[in-house]
Amino acid sequence: MLKLEGITLSAGGKAILKDVNLHIRDAEIHSILGANGTGKSTLAAVIMGLSGYQPSAGRILFRGEDITDLPVWERARRGITLAWQEPARFEGLTVAEYLDLARRHGHNGGLSPAECLGKVGLLPERYLQRAVDSTLSGGERRRVELASVLAMRPRLAILDEPDSGIDPLAIENIVDVIRTLSRQGAAVLLITHHEHVAAVADRASSLCGGTILKTGDPAAIARFYRNHCLECLHVNEPRVEEVVGA
Amino acid sequence: MLESSAELRELSQAMEPAGADPAALLHARFAGLAVSHNRILRCRGVEGIRIEGEETPTGAKARIRVEPGVQLPGPVHLCFGVLPNEGVQEIISEFDIGEGARVSFLAHCSFPNAEQVRHLMQAHIRVGKGAQMEYAETHYHGPQGGVEVLPVAHITVEQGGSYRSTFKLVEGAAGLVKLDYTAELAEDAVCELDAKVYGKGQDSIVVKETILLNGARSRGLAKTRIVAADRCVSEVIGEVAGNAPFARGHVDCIEILTGPEARASAVPKLQANDQQAKLTHEAAIGSVDKKQIETLMARGLSEAEAVDVVVRGMLR
Repeated sequence: MLKLEGITLSAGGKAILKDVNLHIRDAEIHSILGANGTGKSTLAAVIMGLSGYQPSAGRILFRGEDITDLPVWERARRGITLAWQEPARFEGLTVAEYLDLARRHGHNGGLSPAECLGKVGLLPERYLQRAVDSTLSGGERRRVELASVLAMRPRLAILDEPDSGIDPLAIENIVDVIRTLSRQGAAVLLITHHEHVAAVADRASSLCGGTILKTGDPAAIARFYRNHCLECLHVNEPRVEEVVGA
Repeated sequence: MLESSAELRELSQAMEPAGADPAALLHARFAGLAVSHNRILRCRGVEGIRIEGEETPTGAKARIRVEPGVQLPGPVHLCFGVLPNEGVQEIISEFDIGEGARVSFLAHCSFPNAEQVRHLMQAHIRVGKGAQMEYAETHYHGPQGGVEVLPVAHITVEQGGSYRSTFKLVEGAAGLVKLDYTAELAEDAVCELDAKVYGKGQDSIVVKETILLNGARSRGLAKTRIVAADRCVSEVIGEVAGNAPFARGHVDCIEILTGPEARASAVPKLQANDQQAKLTHEAAIGSVDKKQIETLMARGLSEAEAVDVVVRGMLR
Protein backbone atom coordinates (compact mmCIF):
# COMPACT_ATOMS: atom_id res chain seq x y z
CA MET A 1 0.00 0.00 0.00
CA LEU A 2 2.60 2.57 1.10
CA LYS A 3 6.36 2.45 0.82
CA LEU A 4 8.76 5.06 2.12
CA GLU A 5 12.21 4.69 0.59
CA GLY A 6 15.10 6.58 2.11
CA ILE A 7 13.03 9.55 3.23
CA THR A 8 15.20 12.33 4.60
CA LEU A 9 13.96 15.71 5.76
CA SER A 10 15.87 18.57 7.30
CA ALA A 11 14.70 21.83 8.82
CA GLY A 12 16.88 24.69 9.97
CA GLY A 13 20.01 22.70 9.21
CA LYS A 14 18.86 19.85 11.45
CA ALA A 15 17.90 16.42 10.15
CA ILE A 16 14.38 15.56 11.37
CA LEU A 17 13.95 12.33 9.40
CA LYS A 18 16.98 10.31 8.37
CA ASP A 19 16.76 7.69 5.66
CA VAL A 20 13.34 6.42 6.76
CA ASN A 21 12.28 3.15 5.15
CA LEU A 22 8.82 1.90 5.97
CA HIS A 23 6.33 -0.43 4.35
CA ILE A 24 2.64 -0.33 5.25
CA ARG A 25 0.75 -3.31 3.88
CA ASP A 26 -2.80 -3.37 2.53
CA ALA A 27 -5.43 -3.07 5.29
CA GLU A 28 -2.70 -3.20 7.90
CA ILE A 29 -2.86 -1.32 11.18
CA HIS A 30 0.68 -0.12 11.75
CA SER A 31 1.58 1.83 14.86
CA ILE A 32 4.55 4.14 15.26
CA LEU A 33 6.00 4.40 18.74
CA GLY A 34 8.51 7.00 19.76
CA ALA A 35 9.18 9.59 22.43
CA ASN A 36 8.23 13.25 21.95
CA GLY A 37 10.34 14.99 19.36
CA THR A 38 11.43 11.87 17.51
CA GLY A 39 9.75 12.88 14.26
CA LYS A 40 6.43 10.99 14.38
CA SER A 41 4.21 13.93 13.42
CA THR A 42 6.80 15.02 10.85
CA LEU A 43 6.57 11.58 9.28
CA ALA A 44 2.78 11.93 9.11
CA ALA A 45 3.12 15.38 7.48
CA VAL A 46 5.60 14.07 4.91
CA ILE A 47 3.30 11.23 3.88
CA MET A 48 0.33 13.63 3.60
CA GLY A 49 2.46 16.12 1.65
CA LEU A 50 1.90 19.15 3.86
CA SER A 51 3.68 22.34 2.87
CA GLY A 52 7.14 22.65 4.38
CA TYR A 53 7.51 18.88 4.61
CA GLN A 54 8.97 18.06 1.22
CA PRO A 55 11.71 15.45 1.73
CA SER A 56 15.18 16.34 0.52
CA ALA A 57 15.82 12.73 -0.43
CA GLY A 58 13.87 9.53 -0.92
CA ARG A 59 10.50 8.78 -2.41
CA ILE A 60 6.98 7.83 -1.38
CA LEU A 61 5.16 5.11 -3.27
CA PHE A 62 1.43 4.64 -2.84
CA ARG A 63 -0.12 1.62 -4.52
CA GLY A 64 2.91 1.50 -6.77
CA GLU A 65 2.72 5.18 -7.81
CA ASP A 66 5.39 7.70 -6.90
CA ILE A 67 3.46 10.44 -5.06
CA THR A 68 6.48 12.28 -3.61
CA ASP A 69 5.74 15.44 -5.57
CA LEU A 70 1.94 15.37 -5.49
CA PRO A 71 0.07 18.08 -3.56
CA VAL A 72 -2.03 17.23 -0.51
CA TRP A 73 -5.37 17.11 -2.29
CA GLU A 74 -4.14 14.80 -5.03
CA ARG A 75 -2.84 12.39 -2.41
CA ALA A 76 -6.22 12.67 -0.66
CA ARG A 77 -8.04 11.86 -3.89
CA ARG A 78 -5.92 8.75 -4.20
CA GLY A 79 -7.16 7.73 -0.77
CA ILE A 80 -4.70 9.10 1.80
CA THR A 81 -5.92 11.23 4.67
CA LEU A 82 -4.66 12.55 7.96
CA ALA A 83 -6.31 13.17 11.30
CA TRP A 84 -4.35 15.92 13.02
CA GLN A 85 -3.42 15.79 16.66
CA GLU A 86 -4.58 19.40 17.01
CA PRO A 87 -7.13 19.79 14.21
CA ALA A 88 -8.01 23.17 12.74
CA ARG A 89 -11.23 24.95 13.71
CA PHE A 90 -13.74 26.29 11.20
CA GLU A 91 -16.01 29.20 11.97
CA GLY A 92 -19.47 28.81 10.47
CA LEU A 93 -19.01 25.20 9.31
CA THR A 94 -21.26 22.67 11.04
CA VAL A 95 -20.11 19.20 12.00
CA ALA A 96 -22.66 17.79 9.53
CA GLU A 97 -21.20 19.88 6.70
CA TYR A 98 -17.63 19.04 7.67
CA LEU A 99 -18.36 15.32 7.62
CA ASP A 100 -20.33 15.61 4.41
CA LEU A 101 -17.41 17.35 2.67
CA ALA A 102 -15.18 14.40 3.56
CA ARG A 103 -17.82 11.93 2.41
CA ARG A 104 -18.38 13.67 -0.94
CA HIS A 105 -14.68 13.85 -1.74
CA GLY A 106 -13.87 10.39 -0.46
CA HIS A 107 -14.63 6.98 -1.81
CA ASN A 108 -18.06 5.51 -2.23
CA GLY A 109 -19.59 3.75 0.71
CA GLY A 110 -18.44 6.03 3.51
CA LEU A 111 -20.65 6.08 6.57
CA SER A 112 -23.25 8.82 6.97
CA PRO A 113 -22.35 11.78 9.21
CA ALA A 114 -24.66 10.47 11.94
CA GLU A 115 -23.13 6.98 11.77
CA CYS A 116 -19.61 8.44 11.91
CA LEU A 117 -20.44 10.47 15.00
CA GLY A 118 -21.95 7.41 16.64
CA LYS A 119 -18.71 5.52 16.03
CA VAL A 120 -16.67 8.14 17.87
CA GLY A 121 -19.12 8.27 20.76
CA LEU A 122 -20.75 11.61 20.00
CA LEU A 123 -24.54 11.85 19.89
CA PRO A 124 -25.57 12.99 16.38
CA GLU A 125 -28.57 14.92 17.68
CA ARG A 126 -26.27 16.96 19.90
CA TYR A 127 -23.36 17.47 17.54
CA LEU A 128 -24.43 17.54 13.89
CA GLN A 129 -25.50 21.17 13.96
CA ARG A 130 -22.67 22.39 16.18
CA ALA A 131 -19.95 24.46 14.53
CA VAL A 132 -16.46 22.98 14.13
CA ASP A 133 -15.10 26.01 15.96
CA SER A 134 -13.64 26.88 19.32
CA THR A 135 -16.87 25.97 21.10
CA LEU A 136 -15.89 22.30 20.77
CA SER A 137 -13.48 21.05 23.41
CA GLY A 138 -10.15 19.62 22.28
CA GLY A 139 -11.39 16.06 22.84
CA GLU A 140 -14.64 16.69 20.96
CA ARG A 141 -12.75 18.25 18.06
CA ARG A 142 -10.40 15.26 17.84
CA ARG A 143 -13.35 12.89 17.79
CA VAL A 144 -15.01 14.91 15.03
CA GLU A 145 -11.72 14.65 13.13
CA LEU A 146 -11.79 10.88 13.41
CA ALA A 147 -15.43 10.87 12.33
CA SER A 148 -14.48 12.82 9.20
CA VAL A 149 -11.79 10.26 8.38
CA LEU A 150 -14.44 7.55 8.65
CA ALA A 151 -16.78 9.56 6.42
CA MET A 152 -14.10 9.78 3.75
CA ARG A 153 -13.49 6.04 3.71
CA PRO A 154 -9.79 6.36 2.86
CA ARG A 155 -7.36 3.72 1.64
CA LEU A 156 -4.74 4.93 4.10
CA ALA A 157 -5.63 6.81 7.28
CA ILE A 158 -2.83 8.48 9.18
CA LEU A 159 -3.96 9.06 12.75
CA ASP A 160 -1.65 11.37 14.67
CA GLU A 161 -2.20 10.69 18.36
CA PRO A 162 -5.99 10.35 18.06
CA ASP A 163 -6.15 9.43 21.76
CA SER A 164 -4.44 12.61 22.94
CA GLY A 165 -6.64 14.47 25.39
CA ILE A 166 -9.47 11.98 25.03
CA ASP A 167 -11.44 10.86 28.06
CA PRO A 168 -10.15 7.39 29.08
CA LEU A 169 -13.72 6.10 28.82
CA ALA A 170 -13.77 7.09 25.15
CA ILE A 171 -10.56 5.27 24.26
CA GLU A 172 -12.67 2.25 23.26
CA ASN A 173 -14.33 4.46 20.65
CA ILE A 174 -10.92 5.23 19.17
CA VAL A 175 -10.06 1.54 18.99
CA ASP A 176 -13.45 0.88 17.41
CA VAL A 177 -12.81 3.53 14.75
CA ILE A 178 -9.44 1.99 13.91
CA ARG A 179 -11.01 -1.45 13.60
CA THR A 180 -13.83 -0.05 11.46
CA LEU A 181 -11.32 1.54 9.09
CA SER A 182 -9.46 -1.73 8.85
CA ARG A 183 -12.70 -3.65 8.18
CA GLN A 184 -13.41 -1.17 5.38
CA GLY A 185 -10.10 -2.25 3.84
CA ALA A 186 -8.08 0.81 4.83
CA ALA A 187 -4.53 0.69 6.08
CA VAL A 188 -4.00 2.71 9.24
CA LEU A 189 -0.79 4.41 10.27
CA LEU A 190 -1.30 5.00 13.96
CA ILE A 191 0.82 7.35 16.02
CA THR A 192 0.10 6.91 19.70
CA HIS A 193 1.58 6.82 23.18
CA HIS A 194 -1.33 4.80 24.50
CA GLU A 195 -0.41 1.13 24.76
CA HIS A 196 -4.02 -0.03 24.83
CA VAL A 197 -4.62 1.74 21.53
CA ALA A 198 -1.30 0.57 20.06
CA ALA A 199 -2.22 -3.01 20.89
CA VAL A 200 -4.81 -2.98 18.10
CA ALA A 201 -2.00 -2.80 15.51
CA ASP A 202 -0.89 -5.72 13.33
CA ARG A 203 2.69 -4.45 13.25
CA ALA A 204 4.59 -1.59 14.83
CA SER A 205 7.72 0.44 14.30
CA SER A 206 9.88 2.29 16.74
CA LEU A 207 11.06 5.75 15.71
CA CYS A 208 13.98 7.48 17.38
CA GLY A 209 15.92 10.50 16.22
CA GLY A 210 14.09 10.47 12.92
CA THR A 211 15.16 6.91 12.21
CA ILE A 212 13.14 3.71 12.24
CA LEU A 213 14.88 1.48 14.78
CA LYS A 214 12.76 -1.64 14.64
CA THR A 215 9.65 -2.93 12.92
CA GLY A 216 7.77 -6.02 13.99
CA ASP A 217 5.30 -7.50 16.42
CA PRO A 218 3.51 -4.67 18.33
CA ALA A 219 4.05 -6.30 21.72
CA ALA A 220 7.77 -6.68 21.09
CA ILE A 221 8.07 -3.12 19.81
CA ALA A 222 6.11 -1.86 22.82
CA ARG A 223 8.53 -3.72 25.12
CA PHE A 224 11.48 -2.25 23.24
CA TYR A 225 9.92 1.21 23.51
CA ARG A 226 9.33 0.80 27.26
CA ASN A 227 12.78 -0.60 27.97
CA HIS A 228 14.86 1.60 25.70
CA CYS A 229 13.01 4.72 24.67
CA LEU A 230 11.10 5.87 27.73
CA GLU A 231 14.20 6.09 29.87
CA CYS A 232 16.57 6.95 27.08
CA LEU A 233 18.87 9.84 27.94
CA HIS A 234 19.75 10.59 24.36
CA VAL A 235 16.40 10.97 22.66
CA ASN A 236 16.79 11.69 18.98
CA GLU A 237 20.36 10.49 18.96
CA PRO A 238 20.07 6.70 19.00
CA ARG A 239 23.10 4.69 19.86
CA VAL A 240 24.82 2.93 17.04
CA GLU A 241 23.98 -0.51 18.47
CA GLU A 242 20.26 0.35 18.49
CA VAL A 243 20.27 1.32 14.85
CA VAL A 244 22.42 -1.62 13.84
CA GLY A 245 20.15 -3.98 15.78
CA ALA A 246 17.04 -2.70 14.04
CA MET B 1 -53.52 37.04 3.10
CA LEU B 2 -50.96 38.61 0.82
CA GLU B 3 -50.73 42.33 0.29
CA SER B 4 -49.48 43.13 -3.11
CA SER B 5 -49.04 45.74 -5.72
CA ALA B 6 -46.97 45.19 -8.83
CA GLU B 7 -44.22 47.41 -7.44
CA LEU B 8 -44.21 45.69 -4.06
CA ARG B 9 -44.09 42.29 -5.72
CA GLU B 10 -41.17 43.43 -7.86
CA LEU B 11 -39.33 44.78 -4.80
CA SER B 12 -39.97 41.65 -2.78
CA GLN B 13 -38.68 39.49 -5.65
CA ALA B 14 -35.54 41.62 -5.74
CA MET B 15 -35.00 40.73 -2.08
CA GLU B 16 -34.74 37.01 -2.77
CA PRO B 17 -30.99 37.05 -3.54
CA ALA B 18 -30.51 38.72 -0.15
CA GLY B 19 -32.12 35.69 1.45
CA ALA B 20 -35.57 37.15 1.95
CA ASP B 21 -38.77 35.16 1.65
CA PRO B 22 -41.01 37.28 -0.62
CA ALA B 23 -44.16 35.66 0.76
CA ALA B 24 -43.20 36.68 4.30
CA LEU B 25 -42.51 40.22 3.15
CA LEU B 26 -46.00 40.44 1.70
CA HIS B 27 -47.95 38.58 4.33
CA ALA B 28 -50.38 40.71 6.33
CA ARG B 29 -49.67 38.68 9.46
CA PHE B 30 -46.20 40.22 9.73
CA ALA B 31 -45.43 43.77 10.63
CA GLY B 32 -43.17 45.48 8.17
CA LEU B 33 -42.01 48.38 6.11
CA ALA B 34 -41.04 48.31 2.44
CA VAL B 35 -39.48 51.27 0.69
CA SER B 36 -38.58 51.30 -2.97
CA HIS B 37 -36.37 54.29 -3.71
CA ASN B 38 -38.49 57.03 -2.08
CA ARG B 39 -41.86 55.31 -2.23
CA ILE B 40 -43.32 53.52 0.76
CA LEU B 41 -45.00 50.41 -0.62
CA ARG B 42 -45.86 48.80 2.65
CA CYS B 43 -46.13 50.12 6.18
CA ARG B 44 -47.90 47.83 8.54
CA GLY B 45 -47.92 47.34 12.27
CA VAL B 46 -49.51 44.58 14.27
CA GLU B 47 -50.76 44.54 17.82
CA GLY B 48 -48.06 45.96 20.06
CA ILE B 49 -45.99 47.56 17.34
CA ARG B 50 -46.65 50.79 15.52
CA ILE B 51 -44.88 51.68 12.31
CA GLU B 52 -45.20 55.14 10.81
CA GLY B 53 -43.66 56.03 7.49
CA GLU B 54 -43.29 59.29 5.65
CA GLU B 55 -41.93 59.71 2.16
CA THR B 56 -39.25 62.33 1.57
CA PRO B 57 -37.80 63.58 -1.75
CA THR B 58 -34.81 61.26 -1.33
CA GLY B 59 -36.20 58.37 0.67
CA ALA B 60 -38.32 57.89 3.76
CA LYS B 61 -38.60 58.56 7.45
CA ALA B 62 -39.79 55.78 9.68
CA ARG B 63 -40.77 55.55 13.33
CA ILE B 64 -41.11 52.13 14.83
CA ARG B 65 -42.40 51.77 18.33
CA VAL B 66 -42.80 48.53 20.23
CA GLU B 67 -45.03 48.78 23.29
CA PRO B 68 -43.57 47.82 26.69
CA GLY B 69 -43.80 44.14 27.50
CA VAL B 70 -44.74 43.10 23.98
CA GLN B 71 -43.14 39.92 22.73
CA LEU B 72 -43.66 39.52 19.02
CA PRO B 73 -43.84 35.90 17.86
CA GLY B 74 -42.38 36.59 14.43
CA PRO B 75 -39.89 39.03 13.00
CA VAL B 76 -40.66 42.48 11.66
CA HIS B 77 -39.72 42.59 7.99
CA LEU B 78 -37.97 45.67 6.67
CA CYS B 79 -37.25 45.95 3.00
CA PHE B 80 -35.29 48.69 1.27
CA GLY B 81 -34.20 48.83 -2.32
CA VAL B 82 -33.49 50.83 -5.41
CA LEU B 83 -34.34 48.86 -8.51
CA PRO B 84 -33.22 51.28 -11.27
CA ASN B 85 -29.51 51.54 -12.00
CA GLU B 86 -29.16 54.93 -10.31
CA GLY B 87 -30.67 56.93 -7.50
CA VAL B 88 -30.35 57.98 -3.90
CA GLN B 89 -32.21 56.39 -1.02
CA GLU B 90 -31.98 57.99 2.37
CA ILE B 91 -33.72 56.22 5.22
CA ILE B 92 -34.03 58.05 8.51
CA SER B 93 -35.40 55.82 11.21
CA GLU B 94 -36.21 55.78 14.89
CA PHE B 95 -36.70 52.59 16.82
CA ASP B 96 -38.18 52.71 20.27
CA ILE B 97 -38.35 49.39 22.06
CA GLY B 98 -40.42 49.63 25.24
CA GLU B 99 -39.43 48.26 28.59
CA GLY B 100 -39.37 44.46 28.72
CA ALA B 101 -40.34 44.07 25.05
CA ARG B 102 -38.77 41.48 22.77
CA VAL B 103 -38.53 41.98 19.06
CA SER B 104 -36.46 40.90 16.11
CA PHE B 105 -36.10 42.66 12.78
CA LEU B 106 -35.15 41.12 9.47
CA ALA B 107 -33.95 43.83 7.14
CA HIS B 108 -33.22 43.14 3.49
CA CYS B 109 -31.62 45.67 1.20
CA SER B 110 -31.36 45.01 -2.50
CA PHE B 111 -29.76 47.02 -5.29
CA PRO B 112 -29.65 44.46 -8.07
CA ASN B 113 -29.03 46.81 -11.01
CA ALA B 114 -27.00 49.49 -9.30
CA GLU B 115 -24.46 51.45 -11.28
CA GLN B 116 -24.75 54.72 -9.36
CA VAL B 117 -26.83 54.18 -6.25
CA ARG B 118 -26.35 55.74 -2.82
CA HIS B 119 -28.06 54.12 0.13
CA LEU B 120 -27.88 56.16 3.33
CA MET B 121 -29.27 54.95 6.61
CA GLN B 122 -29.48 57.00 9.74
CA ALA B 123 -30.92 55.14 12.68
CA HIS B 124 -31.59 56.08 16.28
CA ILE B 125 -32.37 53.08 18.38
CA ARG B 126 -33.51 52.99 21.99
CA VAL B 127 -33.76 49.63 23.69
CA GLY B 128 -35.69 50.11 26.91
CA LYS B 129 -35.03 48.67 30.32
CA GLY B 130 -34.89 44.86 30.18
CA ALA B 131 -35.92 44.84 26.52
CA GLN B 132 -34.33 42.69 23.82
CA MET B 133 -33.84 43.68 20.21
CA GLU B 134 -32.24 41.75 17.39
CA TYR B 135 -31.57 43.36 14.05
CA ALA B 136 -30.30 41.29 11.13
CA GLU B 137 -29.57 43.18 7.93
CA THR B 138 -28.65 41.38 4.73
CA HIS B 139 -27.69 43.10 1.51
CA TYR B 140 -27.74 42.00 -2.08
CA HIS B 141 -25.88 44.15 -4.57
CA GLY B 142 -25.65 43.57 -8.29
CA PRO B 143 -22.41 42.63 -10.00
CA GLN B 144 -21.42 46.14 -11.14
CA GLY B 145 -20.35 47.40 -7.72
CA GLY B 146 -21.98 50.78 -8.27
CA VAL B 147 -23.44 51.09 -4.78
CA GLU B 148 -22.50 53.30 -1.88
CA VAL B 149 -23.81 52.00 1.43
CA LEU B 150 -23.50 54.49 4.24
CA PRO B 151 -25.31 53.33 7.38
CA VAL B 152 -24.96 55.25 10.62
CA ALA B 153 -26.61 54.02 13.79
CA HIS B 154 -26.72 55.32 17.30
CA ILE B 155 -27.95 52.77 19.77
CA THR B 156 -28.85 53.29 23.40
CA VAL B 157 -29.40 50.21 25.53
CA GLU B 158 -30.96 50.86 28.89
CA GLN B 159 -30.51 48.92 32.11
CA GLY B 160 -30.60 45.15 31.59
CA GLY B 161 -31.51 45.50 27.93
CA SER B 162 -29.84 43.74 25.06
CA TYR B 163 -29.19 44.63 21.44
CA ARG B 164 -27.71 42.27 18.87
CA SER B 165 -27.15 43.21 15.27
CA THR B 166 -25.65 41.54 12.23
CA PHE B 167 -24.82 43.32 9.01
CA LYS B 168 -24.13 40.97 6.12
CA LEU B 169 -23.04 41.87 2.62
CA VAL B 170 -21.59 38.83 0.93
CA GLU B 171 -23.54 38.55 -2.33
CA GLY B 172 -22.75 40.68 -5.35
CA ALA B 173 -20.22 43.50 -5.46
CA ALA B 174 -20.13 45.42 -2.20
CA GLY B 175 -19.14 48.76 -3.76
CA LEU B 176 -18.32 51.46 -1.23
CA VAL B 177 -19.36 50.53 2.31
CA LYS B 178 -18.93 52.84 5.27
CA LEU B 179 -20.60 51.45 8.32
CA ASP B 180 -20.57 53.49 11.49
CA TYR B 181 -22.33 52.15 14.59
CA THR B 182 -22.11 53.52 18.10
CA ALA B 183 -23.76 51.88 21.09
CA GLU B 184 -24.10 53.24 24.61
CA LEU B 185 -24.86 50.76 27.34
CA ALA B 186 -26.37 51.31 30.78
CA GLU B 187 -25.81 48.94 33.68
CA ASP B 188 -26.22 45.22 32.99
CA ALA B 189 -26.92 45.95 29.34
CA VAL B 190 -25.54 43.79 26.53
CA CYS B 191 -24.63 44.67 22.98
CA GLU B 192 -23.19 42.65 20.12
CA LEU B 193 -22.35 44.25 16.80
CA ASP B 194 -21.43 41.81 14.06
CA ALA B 195 -20.48 42.80 10.50
CA LYS B 196 -19.61 40.43 7.64
CA VAL B 197 -18.59 41.73 4.24
CA TYR B 198 -17.16 40.05 1.16
CA GLY B 199 -15.29 42.63 -0.91
CA LYS B 200 -14.26 42.05 -4.50
CA GLY B 201 -13.07 44.06 -7.50
CA GLN B 202 -12.47 47.67 -6.50
CA ASP B 203 -14.69 47.54 -3.40
CA SER B 204 -13.84 49.76 -0.48
CA ILE B 205 -15.01 48.78 2.99
CA VAL B 206 -14.80 50.71 6.23
CA VAL B 207 -16.40 49.27 9.34
CA LYS B 208 -16.41 51.35 12.51
CA GLU B 209 -18.02 49.87 15.57
CA THR B 210 -17.94 51.70 18.90
CA ILE B 211 -19.30 50.42 22.18
CA LEU B 212 -19.39 52.64 25.23
CA LEU B 213 -19.80 50.57 28.36
CA ASN B 214 -21.21 53.25 30.60
CA GLY B 215 -23.05 51.08 33.10
CA ALA B 216 -21.72 48.67 35.68
CA ARG B 217 -21.53 45.06 34.46
CA SER B 218 -22.42 46.04 30.92
CA ARG B 219 -20.98 43.81 28.21
CA GLY B 220 -20.15 44.51 24.59
CA LEU B 221 -18.73 42.67 21.61
CA ALA B 222 -17.66 44.31 18.36
CA LYS B 223 -17.08 41.55 15.83
CA THR B 224 -16.07 41.91 12.20
CA ARG B 225 -15.35 39.40 9.46
CA ILE B 226 -14.14 40.68 6.11
CA VAL B 227 -12.87 38.85 3.08
CA ALA B 228 -11.05 41.08 0.60
CA ALA B 229 -10.46 39.71 -2.87
CA ASP B 230 -9.01 41.28 -6.04
CA ARG B 231 -8.13 44.92 -5.31
CA CYS B 232 -10.55 45.41 -2.43
CA VAL B 233 -9.43 47.66 0.42
CA SER B 234 -10.85 47.18 3.90
CA GLU B 235 -10.42 48.99 7.16
CA VAL B 236 -11.89 48.01 10.51
CA ILE B 237 -12.00 50.26 13.53
CA GLY B 238 -13.31 48.58 16.65
CA GLU B 239 -13.57 50.71 19.75
CA VAL B 240 -14.65 49.75 23.23
CA ALA B 241 -14.60 52.04 26.24
CA GLY B 242 -15.01 50.61 29.73
CA ASN B 243 -16.46 53.45 31.77
CA ALA B 244 -17.93 51.56 34.71
CA PRO B 245 -17.04 48.81 37.20
CA PHE B 246 -17.04 45.25 35.88
CA ALA B 247 -17.79 46.35 32.35
CA ARG B 248 -16.54 43.75 29.87
CA GLY B 249 -15.75 44.52 26.27
CA HIS B 250 -14.16 42.64 23.42
CA VAL B 251 -13.15 43.53 19.87
CA ASP B 252 -12.87 40.55 17.52
CA CYS B 253 -11.72 41.17 13.97
CA ILE B 254 -10.65 38.83 11.20
CA GLU B 255 -9.82 40.10 7.72
CA ILE B 256 -8.74 37.63 5.07
CA LEU B 257 -7.01 38.67 1.88
CA THR B 258 -7.54 36.35 -1.05
CA GLY B 259 -6.00 38.56 -3.74
CA PRO B 260 -2.41 39.76 -4.08
CA GLU B 261 -3.56 43.35 -4.52
CA ALA B 262 -6.14 43.40 -1.74
CA ARG B 263 -5.36 45.46 1.35
CA ALA B 264 -6.65 45.36 4.92
CA SER B 265 -6.08 47.17 8.16
CA ALA B 266 -7.47 46.83 11.66
CA VAL B 267 -7.42 49.39 14.43
CA PRO B 268 -8.70 48.11 17.74
CA LYS B 269 -9.02 50.80 20.38
CA LEU B 270 -9.61 49.91 23.99
CA GLN B 271 -10.04 52.55 26.63
CA ALA B 272 -10.55 51.69 30.28
CA ASN B 273 -11.79 54.54 32.40
CA ASP B 274 -12.55 52.40 35.39
CA GLN B 275 -10.00 50.15 37.06
CA GLN B 276 -12.52 47.31 37.35
CA ALA B 277 -13.39 47.30 33.68
CA LYS B 278 -11.84 44.61 31.52
CA LEU B 279 -11.36 45.01 27.79
CA THR B 280 -9.76 42.62 25.32
CA HIS B 281 -9.23 42.37 21.60
CA GLU B 282 -8.09 39.95 18.97
CA ALA B 283 -7.37 40.69 15.35
CA ALA B 284 -6.05 38.52 12.57
CA ILE B 285 -5.25 39.80 9.12
CA GLY B 286 -3.74 37.89 6.27
CA SER B 287 -4.29 34.89 4.10
CA VAL B 288 -6.52 31.98 4.95
CA ASP B 289 -5.03 29.85 7.70
CA LYS B 290 -2.76 27.23 6.14
CA LYS B 291 -3.80 24.51 8.54
CA GLN B 292 -7.47 25.01 7.73
CA ILE B 293 -6.72 24.73 4.03
CA GLU B 294 -4.55 21.66 4.40
CA THR B 295 -7.11 19.98 6.64
CA LEU B 296 -9.74 20.33 3.93
CA MET B 297 -7.26 19.37 1.20
CA ALA B 298 -6.51 16.20 3.17
CA ARG B 299 -10.17 15.34 2.64
CA GLY B 300 -9.81 15.79 -1.12
CA LEU B 301 -10.80 19.42 -1.70
CA SER B 302 -8.64 21.41 -4.10
CA GLU B 303 -6.97 24.52 -2.71
CA ALA B 304 -9.54 26.82 -4.33
CA GLU B 305 -12.42 24.73 -2.98
CA ALA B 306 -10.89 24.72 0.48
CA VAL B 307 -10.45 28.52 0.50
CA ASP B 308 -14.08 28.89 -0.59
CA VAL B 309 -15.32 26.65 2.23
CA VAL B 310 -13.34 28.59 4.84
CA VAL B 311 -14.41 31.98 3.51
CA ARG B 312 -18.09 31.07 3.12
CA GLY B 313 -18.17 29.63 6.61
CA MET B 314 -16.62 32.71 8.12
CA LEU B 315 -19.08 35.02 6.39
CA ARG B 316 -22.13 32.93 7.15
